[in-house]
Amino acid sequence: MIKKYDVVVIGGGPAGMAAALSALKKGAKVLVVERDVRLGGILNQCIHNGFGLHYFGEELTGPEYADRFVKLVESEDIDVMLESMVLRLTPDKKVEILSPEGYITVEAGAVVLAMGCRERTAGAIAVPGTRPAGVYTAGMAQKLCNMKGYLVGKKVVILGSGDIGLIMARRMTLEGAKVELVLELMPYSSGLKRNIVQCLNDFDIPIKYAHTITRLEGSPRLTGLYYAPVDENRNPILEKEEYVSCDTLLLSVGLIPENDLLSGMDVEMSPITSGAVVDENRMTSIPGVFSCGNVLHVHDLVDNVSREAEIAGGAAADYALGNVTAGDTVSVRATDGVRYALPQRITKGGEGKVDVFFRTVDVYTKKRIVVEVDGNEIYSRKTMILAPGEMEKITLARQDLVGDVIVRLK
Amino acid sequence: MMNTICIMCPMGCPLTIEEKDGVITVQGQTCPRGKKYGEQEYSAPVRTLTTLIRRADGGMASAKTSAPIPKDKIREAAEYVGKLTVSADSKIGDVVEENFFADGVNLVITGIA
Ligand SMILES: Cc1cc2nc3c(=O)[nH]c(=O)nc-3n(C[C@H](O)[C@H](O)[C@H](O)COP(=O)(O)OP(=O)(O)OC[C@H]3O[C@@H](n4cnc5c(N)ncnc54)[C@H](O)[C@@H]3O)c2cc1C
Ligand code: SF4
Repeated sequence: MIKKYDVVVIGGGPAGMAAALSALKKGAKVLVVERDVRLGGILNQCIHNGFGLHYFGEELTGPEYADRFVKLVESEDIDVMLESMVLRLTPDKKVEILSPEGYITVEAGAVVLAMGCRERTAGAIAVPGTRPAGVYTAGMAQKLCNMKGYLVGKKVVILGSGDIGLIMARRMTLEGAKVELVLELMPYSSGLKRNIVQCLNDFDIPIKYAHTITRLEGSPRLTGLYYAPVDENRNPILEKEEYVSCDTLLLSVGLIPENDLLSGMDVEMSPITSGAVVDENRMTSIPGVFSCGNVLHVHDLVDNVSREAEIAGGAAADYALGNVTAGDTVSVRATDGVRYALPQRITKGGEGKVDVFFRTVDVYTKKRIVVEVDGNEIYSRKTMILAPGEMEKITLARQDLVGDVIVRLK
Repeated sequence: MMNTICIMCPMGCPLTIEEKDGVITVQGQTCPRGKKYGEQEYSAPVRTLTTLIRRADGGMASAKTSAPIPKDKIREAAEYVGKLTVSADSKIGDVVEENFFADGVNLVITGIA
């Protein structure tokens, strides 16, 4: 028997849950498919606080933020399949699922992609030396520590100063490990100032900017590593190499959307975000397939994930129930210090306002954010500081979007 | 004298805080929020502790302080929590201990792993 749903949501993290709730509100019959044993996604392992200040107006830990949505999903008429992995998605929106009941195919009126992201590893591992045990991604170490109570090592070096690595520096210190050093390739941290202060400085953990690892040592387990400062082309200056003894290396070098499911489909992808190209409803180039949360672009605030997913879920329901009319779109392009802007397309002629999110290439002080349509400035805002680690939002009036849109810094 | 970074916005102004004859001065901030933050960090810095507690059935629960506690108590508090065990049927919101390293602050369960 083939099951049918108006909206099938792939992934039961914060994005999937918010999308499902929003689709339900529009009257759709909704299925959420989650490969893990529970809903909540990455939030279940983020036991630190700092979630929900914008969405709930209070500071919550990851599991608490997730729990609020899990309770809502469970109390509503939403079907949830756990321990069920989506293996294939077809352009005509058949969703093939490996579940405890076997291999199931579900026909969807619309699909919401909410598979989240995974941690980068490849580039960072490309260092000379042995391939010892004791090298983990920061998120993997976080999962082992916070979900299983297992500490991955005693003397730790962290490569990369993304927030996950910083959070893990504090977590492992409080669990009794010694974090020797954090190395960051760039001259600045990609993590929040708050995490630099409260996760490193509070515990006297040194961070070296513009430094990288040059060699790993040890077999079978890591016993130490060499590191060196880098020149302006980010090549290590080997004469200045230093050694630190350690049994564990954590990699915190960024996240990348987990879009493997799209590989067989003819979806327009953004090489910059590694997510799909979407319109203001978060619909991809395949009609009826929507994307939101970290699978669309990497977010730093879960609050933005929830909001984005509500847009996608609602629009998916509208699509499945036949409440949409397709229209011409204008493109949104990023340039002059803006790395990407999202959505990349906006439907012409709509009313009200539309939010555009963007990230910058570098750290900039005292720049103006400018939005132009056909050479005319339709938006301008002065800023004190812009950093790649912080997603920015600009709100545009849709009546102004009569032609292609350019977002730049001046 | 104390050096730190203001964390109230992404500017991250480097602050220098000094006390002379009972008067605290903050330097390096770009806006008034930095002065307030610097004074707080100098005279009574506080932090929220988020950590893990073992459950009686061998699993883990996560916990937090319901409000920030003095910063210099954080390590001691984390070590103390490391020795606790909570019951297997603990749930989010359960209070593990009242007046936890600060008056009126509770240690509460935030999640079940
Ligand atoms: C370590 C870390 C620390 C963070 N700290 C903060 C913070 O302090 N404050 C803050 O606001 N935000 C923080 N974030 C960001 C926030 O947690 C994420 O942006 C948010 O969880 C992303 O939600 P998501 O639903 O898109 O993805 P996820 O939470 O990753 O959920 C995706 C879900 O999809 C499932 N899935 C994937 N593929 C399939 C498939 N094929 N079939 C079935 N299911 C599938 C996965 O199992 C997972 O449950 C942090 C993130 C991380 C990783
Ligand atoms: S002093 Fe003001 S501008 Fe500087 S970091 Fe603090 S809040 Fe930001």
